[in-house]
Amino acid sequence: MPLITASKTQPVYDVIVVGSGAAGGQTAYTLAMEGVKVLMLEAGRNYDPVKETPMFQTTAQAPLRGTSTPDKPFGFYDSTIDGGWQVPGEPYTSASSDPSRQFWWWRARMLGGRTNHWGRISLRNGPYDFKPYSRDGLGFDWPIGYDDVAPYYDKVEMLIGVYGANNGLENTPNSPDGCLLPPPKPRAGELLAQKHAKKLGLPVVAIHRAVLSVKQDADTIPAKLHPKNPTAQRILAESMRARAACFWATDCGRGCSTRANYQSTTVHLPPALATGNLDLLPNAMVREVTMDENGKATGVICIDKVTGEERALKARVVVLAASSAESVRILLNSKSPRHPNGVANSSGLVGKYIMDTVGARLGGQIPALENMPSHNEDGAGGNHVYVPWWLYKEQLAGKLGFARGYHIEFGTGRRMPGMGATSGMTDLTNGSYGRKFKEDARRYYGSFVGFAGRGEMIPNDDSFCDLDPVVKDKWGIPVLRFHWKWSDHETKQAAHMQQTFAALITELGGIVQSKVEADGANAIEPGGKIIHEVGGTIMGTDPKKSVTNQWCQTWDVKNLFVTDGGPFASNADKNPTLTIMALAWRASDYLMAEMKKGNL
Amino acid sequence: MSTPDHPARSRMDRRTAIKWIVTAAASLPLLDRAGLAATAPAANAAVGYGTDPDLLKTYKPGDVWALTFTEDQRRTAATLCDVIIPADAKSPAASTVGVPDFIDEWISAPYPGHDQDRKLVLEGLAWLEAESKQRFGNEFSSLVVSQHRAICDDICYLPKAKPEHKRMAQFFTKFRDLTSGGFYSTPEGWKDIGYVGNVAIEKFEGPTPAALKHLGLA
Repeated sequence: MPLITASKTQPVYDVIVVGSGAAGGQTAYTLAMEGVKVLMLEAGRNYDPVKETPMFQTTAQAPLRGTSTPDKPFGFYDSTIDGGWQVPGEPYTSASSDPSRQFWWWRARMLGGRTNHWGRISLRNGPYDFKPYSRDGLGFDWPIGYDDVAPYYDKVEMLIGVYGANNGLENTPNSPDGCLLPPPKPRAGELLAQKHAKKLGLPVVAIHRAVLSVKQDADTIPAKLHPKNPTAQRILAESMRARAACFWATDCGRGCSTRANYQSTTVHLPPALATGNLDLLPNAMVREVTMDENGKATGVICIDKVTGEERALKARVVVLAASSAESVRILLNSKSPRHPNGVANSSGLVGKYIMDTVGARLGGQIPALENMPSHNEDGAGGNHVYVPWWLYKEQLAGKLGFARGYHIEFGTGRRMPGMGATSGMTDLTNGSYGRKFKEDARRYYGSFVGFAGRGEMIPNDDSFCDLDPVVKDKWGIPVLRFHWKWSDHETKQAAHMQQTFAALITELGGIVQSKVEADGANAIEPGGKIIHEVGGTIMGTDPKKSVTNQWCQTWDVKNLFVTDGGPFASNADKNPTLTIMALAWRASDYLMAEMKKGNL
Repeated sequence: MSTPDHPARSRMDRRTAIKWIVTAAASLPLLDRAGLAATAPAANAAVGYGTDPDLLKTYKPGDVWALTFTEDQRRTAATLCDVIIPADAKSPAASTVGVPDFIDEWISAPYPGHDQDRKLVLEGLAWLEAESKQRFGNEFSSLVVSQHRAICDDICYLPKAKPEHKRMAQFFTKFRDLTSGGFYSTPEGWKDIGYVGNVAIEKFEGPTPAALKHLGLA
């Protein structure tokens, strides 16, 4: 990526965007394409997926056959650089030593942040998801509804490229014609699950993922996204034409050198940079937002991670898009006599109501999948189908004992064999070895399936973050301290997932491979593990009960916005990234309109 | 954002992950009290490949950290690899595609858990030699197939191993997992097991007619 150095930054920008992932990428894209002068700050190093992605490397070419280590928690070839649940020199703390009350905070210190490795699952929130309190009396309503966000879902889908299908299912919105790309055909195990899940009432339908199953329509989409802006249309069309369609190999988690899936570094940043309106400064660790006497933001102070120098940067508007928790940290660290609790915090709610996704999984072995005739099942480097939440009516009627739903993601297939190629086989083969072992491996390879639930967590008073009173990172910046607690709604949901998966595996004629947990507390993944961290600067209609308004603008500081997952007032089972981008685009449109009116 | 959107291929088992995170979290308050947090060594192993390794390079065992096996240990390990995965009509023996070196890399790695594997594997290799001498008066690598089987049958399946063989059954289970993972991740292993992916194709057509027929979905 073409970058600038700290000494070449302009004296003042229209907008400083802190962070370069889904939120920062979308914000900078929207602004730069419409002529706004933007400085983007990224705490990690520059990263170029076109040159750095290990596309066809095999696990035998990696140390330890590519398995997970604390240096690379998702495996050697995962695209994450200088990241994970622990980042050297940049700790966070936990208020409790109780293992069930930990929050794991995943960070990726690299250009593009977590968008480089994510699963690309891109589901729209439905109408219920914006008004959960009205539906069941729990949590909070958003100040906006589905119809407010829908046009931006359309735009984001067209921009980034999302495969999927419309199924007209409850609270699972269809996309208008022209938004979605055709979904890939299901794999063998996915088809088998589809057939058998029907008997349990589970709809198995095409999942939506940000992968180009075919090339985008560069002739018509740019004019839809940037009407009356020929320059933006031309730049976007060129960027779209430079993206290849998926060639149906290599995991999306590695990133994609041919730009066939969405990551900020291949989709948002190249066109934004091509406008000449975006300056991009990596290795810039933002510590605080600077303020003037009138209560307006003037810019940020950041640490140059290479030299250790502190630097003040100026702009008319500051947008935090650093990940919800990192943005909270910046706000809380922006302390001064005028703002003793940090900026934008007159409500005292900065850091409150952080949420993750409920996760639980169960694996099984399916005899019908044994000895499958060999064929290539790599596919789109992730799921082709999923099960949207299907029990809305039963839940609303109070029949389930927990208030919110989950969807099911599948793991099936004859994947690239690595260290786990024959795991789970020992008990089926009485510990075979020798020629028998080789025959067994041929028989059982590809016969293992896994089901993972991804469910909604309701915000609660016990799950929040604040500044640790003692611990600082290697730059001297106070670190976050996490407080965490699942409620019964989440643990009961996790138990329901276990029962559902066990029933599904049984229906498939399979063998459940681990204990089916009746107590959801034993099945639920730790907070933060699913890396769907949102909340902390929630949006609302009342400045006393929320940090931001419906435009992701902080109530207290007009020219300060938060466009990452922070403003989420709830965390639907739908993976949050698509909604983050839709809201960032919407906030950026508002920001530009307000700028034009002279209100910022 | 995302995660483990590949549930079958859990990137790390839950227990290991929880162990890492609890260790890291628990270590912090102590460090604070000592006022060391800012300069304390990272939770990550200092001599691993680090958090920003070159992903395009081809690595060989020994490239990043020093290996462990002596010549004798390597010979025993290679023999056991081939007892577990011998050559047959479809593919070569494990020792001919670098599996013993991979196992050496594994047990020598500076990451959590690998030190236990190292202890177990070295103990197991020593036991195999002692057992071979005692039962057959020869080195493990010089035994014939029936003699290998006589020893390995005692330790190949943990639930059925006699109490005095439990520890060595754990060793054998670990060694078989390592041999299998090491072998089936090679091109020879892929071919044997029927993995035909990792190639660019123009269109993804789903299962072949033969596969659909196999599933009763044709």
